[in-house]
Amino acid sequence: MAELNRGGNPQQNRGETITLGKALNHGLRRSLEQDSKVVIMGEDVGKLGGVFRITDGLLKDFGDDRVIDTPLAEAGIIGTAVGLAIRGYRPVCEIQFDGFVFPAYNQIVAQVAKMFYRSKGNVRLPIVIRIPFGGGIGAVEHHSESPEAYFAHTPGLKVVTCSNPADAYAMIQQAITSDDPIVFFEPKRRYWEKGEVDLDADLSGAFPLHSARVTREGTDATLLAYGPMVRTALDAASAAAEDGRNLEVIDLRSLSPVDYDTIYASVRKTGRAIVVHEAPGNIGLGAELAARVTEHCFYNLEAPVLRVTGYDIPYPAARVEEDYLPDLDRVLDAVDRSFGW
Amino acid sequence: MANGEREVGADAPAGGFVQLLTPDGDRIDSVTTADGTTYSVDFTDEEYRGLYRDLVTVRRLDAEATALQRQGELGIWASLLGQEAAQVGSGRALRPQDMAFPTYREHGVLYTRSIDPIMPFGLFRGVDQGGWDANEHRFNGYTIVIGSQTLHATGYAMGVTMDGKTGTPDGEAVIAYFGDGATSQGEVNEAFVWAGVFNAPMVFFCQNNQYAISEPLERQTRIPLYRRAAGFGFPGVRIDGNDVLASFAVTRAALDSARNGQGPTLIEAYTYRMGAHTSSDDPTRYRIASEVESWKAKDPISRLKAFLTKQQVADEAFFTEVDESAKTLALDLRERVLAMPDPAPDTMFDHVYPNGSHEVDAQRARFADYHASFEGSEH
Repeated sequence: MAELNRGGNPQQNRGETITLGKALNHGLRRSLEQDSKVVIMGEDVGKLGGVFRITDGLLKDFGDDRVIDTPLAEAGIIGTAVGLAIRGYRPVCEIQFDGFVFPAYNQIVAQVAKMFYRSKGNVRLPIVIRIPFGGGIGAVEHHSESPEAYFAHTPGLKVVTCSNPADAYAMIQQAITSDDPIVFFEPKRRYWEKGEVDLDADLSGAFPLHSARVTREGTDATLLAYGPMVRTALDAASAAAEDGRNLEVIDLRSLSPVDYDTIYASVRKTGRAIVVHEAPGNIGLGAELAARVTEHCFYNLEAPVLRVTGYDIPYPAARVEEDYLPDLDRVLDAVDRSFGW
Repeated sequence: MANGEREVGADAPAGGFVQLLTPDGDRIDSVTTADGTTYSVDFTDEEYRGLYRDLVTVRRLDAEATALQRQGELGIWASLLGQEAAQVGSGRALRPQDMAFPTYREHGVLYTRSIDPIMPFGLFRGVDQGGWDANEHRFNGYTIVIGSQTLHATGYAMGVTMDGKTGTPDGEAVIAYFGDGATSQGEVNEAFVWAGVFNAPMVFFCQNNQYAISEPLERQTRIPLYRRAAGFGFPGVRIDGNDVLASFAVTRAALDSARNGQGPTLIEAYTYRMGAHTSSDDPTRYRIASEVESWKAKDPISRLKAFLTKQQVADEAFFTEVDESAKTLALDLRERVLAMPDPAPDTMFDHVYPNGSHEVDAQRARFADYHASFEGSEH
C-alpha cells in the first residue's frame, strides 16, 4: 500500500479515521515491513485475509513465506510457532475464535509460557497469539467467549487487549516487537468501530504496552474495564453524568501484568471501584482486581469493590446474550449500589 | 561377513526391519527395502571402535546416574539402558549443522553432540529446569510433555526452509525424538501433517521401546508404527533399534534426503527399554522376566563387541581401556554432580519474562524482605 511508504514528508501527520480491524491490519503490515523475521500464521489468514479480514491483502504483498495458511489444527499453529521462534522468527499466530484456543492450550501454557524460564533465559519465544474474543455478535457456541483469565493466570505469558483503533494499531506493533510471549485479545464486536489513527506515529512515543490508561477522568467512582467493555463503561459514565455522577473510566489494556498503580491512584481519589468484564465473574480478572484494590486502598474505600460480569454459566445462546453481557444499565445499577452502600 | 541383501532379520518383528549387524555380531553388507532404497555403512576400523566407545560410555554414564538416584543425589532419572544403539547411531548420523529435539531420555544423543554429559543433570538433581542454549548446542532442551517437541522441531524445520538452507548437500536437517507412546498424541500427528504439507527437512525418530511406562505397544497402535508415515505422505522405515549400524545408516540417509529438499521421513527404531521407565517405576508389575531376558540376547553392545572381535578390529586390551576410560568419565561426572550447588532461593524469580515484570519484581522484593525479617531472630 502506497500510503504506508514513509519515504514522503515525515512531518505530515497521516491521521485517518479507520475501523479497529483495519488498524490491526495496518499494524500487522507495518510490522511485516519493518522486520523480515515477522511471520503471520493461522487458519485462513492468507488468501481469505482471515475470517474477520484482519490480515486482508498481506499474503499478496508479503508472500506465502511470511503469511502462512496453516493446516487446521491450533496446537500445530502454536507448536510450530515455538520452533520458528527458536529458529529466530517472530511468529504472529491467529486463533480464529476464542473458543478454538483450547486445542493449543497445552502448547501455550506448558511450552510458550515456560520456555524462557526453563532455559534459564537462553531461549526467547517472541510469539504473539491473536485471539478475537467476547460476545455480542449473535454467534453460535464457541464464538463469543472470554478466556483471558486462563492466560492471565499463567506466569510467563503477558496478556493485553485493545479497546479502540489507535491502541489497536500501536499495541499490535508493540506486542510484535516485544520479546515476551504475548496473548493479544481483540474485541471482535468492536472490529467495525471507527476512530482516528495516526499511521505515521513512531512506536517510541507510544503509550507503554503494559500501562493502563485513564480514558475518562472523574471524581466519584472508578470503572475498571478492558477490551469490548471499555466502550460500555464510557457510555455508562456519560449516562451517569446526566445524573450528576462524575465517573472515572480506566482501560486496563494489559491484563498481565496489570498496571495497579494507575488503578490505586484512581480509587484513592474516588473511593469506589467497579470492575466490568464479559467473562464469568468466578475467579475472573475482577476477583483479583477487587482483592488488590481492597488490600491497597482499604482506608480509601467508601464501598466494597463491585463486579459487573458475565454469569457463571457457559456462554448462552445468541438470542439471550444481551441479557448475559454486562451493559450500560447493569453498570449503572452497580454504580447505584456502590453509592447506596 | 554375511553377504546378500535382506530386510528381515531372524529376530525381526513381522514385516521386518533394516538390520546391518545381527545379534550374534555378523555384518550384513547392505539392505534394500521394498521402496528400493539400499542402506549400508562404510566405516573404518577406527570408526567402528569409536561407535563401540560411544555405546559403552553412554551406558556407563547412565549406570552412574541410576546409582546417583538410588543414593538420593538425583530426584529422578530416566535411564536409556537398552536404547544406546538407537541413540548413538542416529546421533552420530547428524551433521554439525543439524538440530535435534530430544525428549528427556536422549542422553546418548546429547553425548554424540559433544555436549558435556553433565548438562541435563541440573534437571534431574532439581537445581534447575535443565535449561541450556538450544541453538548453541544444536540440541533443544529436554521436553517432558510427551510429543510436544515434535511440533517445535517441525516449526524449526520450516524456518530452515524459509532461510533457504535446504536443497543442497550442505543444507540443514532437523531430527525429532519421541517414543511409541507419543505416537498416540494429537500433537505428534499434527507434526506429521505439518511436516508433510510444508515438506519440512525433518526426520521423525521414534524409539519404539515397547512400553509407555506400563502400557504395551498394542495399546498405542494396531499397525506397525513406521507404516503410519504412508498416511501422511512420506516414507517410513523400521530399523533394528539395537543395531547401531542400521541406526546410523538409515538416519544419515533420511537426514541427507531432508537436507536435499526431499522432505520428512519417519524412522521407527525397534528396541527395548531394559530398565524402568524412570527410577520411580517398577516394571515387574507389568512385564515378565523372560521377555527382558530375550531382549538381553539382542544387546546393542555385545553384538558390536562380537563383531569387532571376530573381525579382529579390536582386542581385549581395547575393550578394557574403553571400560576404564568410561569409568573415569563416570566418576568425574559423579563428583561434579555432587558439587552442584543448590540455587539461591530468590533465583526462582529469574527469567520469568525476557522484558521482566514489575509484578514479579515486587514479589521478589517482598520475598527478600520476608526472609530478612528473620535475621538475628531465633527462628
